Amino acid sequence: MESSAYIRLRDVVFSRSGRRIFDGISLDIPKGKVTAIMGPSGTGKTTLLRLIGGQLRPDSGQVSVAGHDVPRLKRKALYQLREKMGMLFQSGALFTDLSVYENVAFPLRAHTSLPEDMIRDIVLMKLEAVGLRGARKLMPSELSGGMTRRVALARSIALDPELIMYDEPFAGQDPIAMGVLVKLIRDLNSSMGLTSVLVSHDVPESLSICHYACIIADGKVIGEGTPEELRAHPSERVQQFLEGKPDGPVPFHYPSGDAAADFGVGGLSS
Amino acid sequence: MMDRIAGLGRLGLAIIASFGRSGQFLFGVLAGVPRPATGFPLLVKQLYAVGVLSLAIVVVSGLFIGMVLGLQGYTILSDYGSESAIGQMIALTLVRELGPVVTALLFAGRAGSALTAEIGLMKATEQLSSMEMMGVDPLRRVVAPRLWAGFLAMPVLAMIFSVVGIYGGMLVGVEWLGVFEGSFWGNMQSSVDFVDDVLNGFIKSVVFGFVCAWIAVYQGYDCVPTSAGISSATTKTVVYSSLAVLGLDFVLTAVMFGDF
Amino acid sequence: MAQRSIEIIVGLFMIAGLAALMFLALQVSGLSPKSAEQTYTLYANFNDTGGLTPRGKVSMAGVTVGSIESITLDRDTFQARVTMSIHAEVDNIPADSAAVIRTSGLLGEQYIDISIGGDLESLNPGDTFYSTQSAMNLERLISNFASGR
Repeated sequence: MESSAYIRLRDVVFSRSGRRIFDGISLDIPKGKVTAIMGPSGTGKTTLLRLIGGQLRPDSGQVSVAGHDVPRLKRKALYQLREKMGMLFQSGALFTDLSVYENVAFPLRAHTSLPEDMIRDIVLMKLEAVGLRGARKLMPSELSGGMTRRVALARSIALDPELIMYDEPFAGQDPIAMGVLVKLIRDLNSSMGLTSVLVSHDVPESLSICHYACIIADGKVIGEGTPEELRAHPSERVQQFLEGKPDGPVPFHYPSGDAAADFGVGGLSS
Repeated sequence: MMDRIAGLGRLGLAIIASFGRSGQFLFGVLAGVPRPATGFPLLVKQLYAVGVLSLAIVVVSGLFIGMVLGLQGYTILSDYGSESAIGQMIALTLVRELGPVVTALLFAGRAGSALTAEIGLMKATEQLSSMEMMGVDPLRRVVAPRLWAGFLAMPVLAMIFSVVGIYGGMLVGVEWLGVFEGSFWGNMQSSVDFVDDVLNGFIKSVVFGFVCAWIAVYQGYDCVPTSAGISSATTKTVVYSSLAVLGLDFVLTAVMFGDF
Repeated sequence: MAQRSIEIIVGLFMIAGLAALMFLALQVSGLSPKSAEQTYTLYANFNDTGGLTPRGKVSMAGVTVGSIESITLDRDTFQARVTMSIHAEVDNIPADSAAVIRTSGLLGEQYIDISIGGDLESLNPGDTFYSTQSAMNLERLISNFASGR
């Protein structure tokens, strides 16, 4: 496993506006597998993807992708590396002034000088892969949330990347759209041999497609392993997260003072 | 007391930092040489959005401002029996000052705020991030064409404004109030100098165009990507652009026309 | 195609801007392609040029025949020396003509009016007007009037 790690994080520390988001996190993401990174909201899962993509630099520690030390890459090398990465944003992030077709063609036009008919073939192929070949003339504003994400997915695989990162692909989707996305992620991974990183807090969907998962909380990895290993994990916090219990090691109450004093009940005795 | 001084210091540092950031940003935008094949259509599209679509407001305002100048000028000048100097007054006011300044203010309100909101929204919806992740630099792809378009469109608009304003002044002065047309143009031509007045006004509009476009794209790019952040960035664009235009106008006027 | 029509509109927009600049140059500032036309230089000395400025007009019988090039101080006579360029076709200004500074309107700009003399000789390029009449100084006029002199 150590040898086939595609992405490797070592003791990454990152803080933003005074708050420490990652406190020495270490993580290996294997090549050619689907890895799910899960954790409660606000633990910096999206930040983790941005660190991998080189949009943010860690305060200390190492981030390496395919053997490149991302934070130390020069601008040009970083942009070249990004051509091998695809990223699916939470909102889809389609360019609102371009049609579906042009959105998918965008990375091709930007990075290749293919003739127009070849671009057309590739775009239609990618749209076919996500089942939206018929929607190529629509504008992003005419798409439903699930379709937006599928178009964005087609766009992120347009250049046949080695790595694809999904940022909360299931958030806010209806069950059918969610099922479609689960199927797409799994199919893409097996048919194209992609390394997939999936950030999510939808436990059942994530565990159903990933080969490997890790759970982050409070800037640290609190549990990792295959889905089976995680389900049998001894840590209470892992179990609380996986089963969605309202109270446990992560308390129901935000840290607060004495309730009696707040409600003014304690004042009677004084 | 010390807290207040410290607060002032923090404010000063924040202002300097934001100047530094915007300078860095400008460098990032202008550093890359755009590829003509992809850059040109983008520039044309932005010129349309920024320039052509601002034409209506510029023409209408120019016409009315010229007409008001004609009326006011006539009222004042006729007291001294020199209403024939009206052409000169209108032309000098428009070409030197009102043309560049008012166009820049209108431009900041019409095009600058739109640029800020557009870029801010692209940031909020992660379009800029996703572009970056696709290995396309949004500074060059999104920001640079908009900056150049503002820079190019502004002088064109200012020239059109001045011409329409002079025409409006002539409409009122000559057609309506009966100033002799020959002296209208004659006085104008003998007092307006191409280099000193027209060209200096042109340079002003170039500077204003650059500053307005810079402020607009920077505010959009630097905004807090929420709806409140975009709205405050849009407001800031209009306020800062207006202040910058008026302040710079004073400086430029002092440099260009100050020595006589 | 949409892109094509946008390109055309933007092209028209740029042409409109250029046309506006041309208009400002030719019609408003009077910068004419003819400005390279032949002129010759005449001089005139004045005790007081008042508000006369370079680029002001020089006229005869109300017709513009040239423009003021420069106004300098003659260090010896303490008079103002005005250099005028006169259109070459007006080559028969009588030698005893006078250069008079006049004001168009009460507050209008000042210009030089050449009041024609009767001499058969004409002024040659580089000549100086023999007789001149300085600017009417309103303030001096009023003080003269008030003191009864």
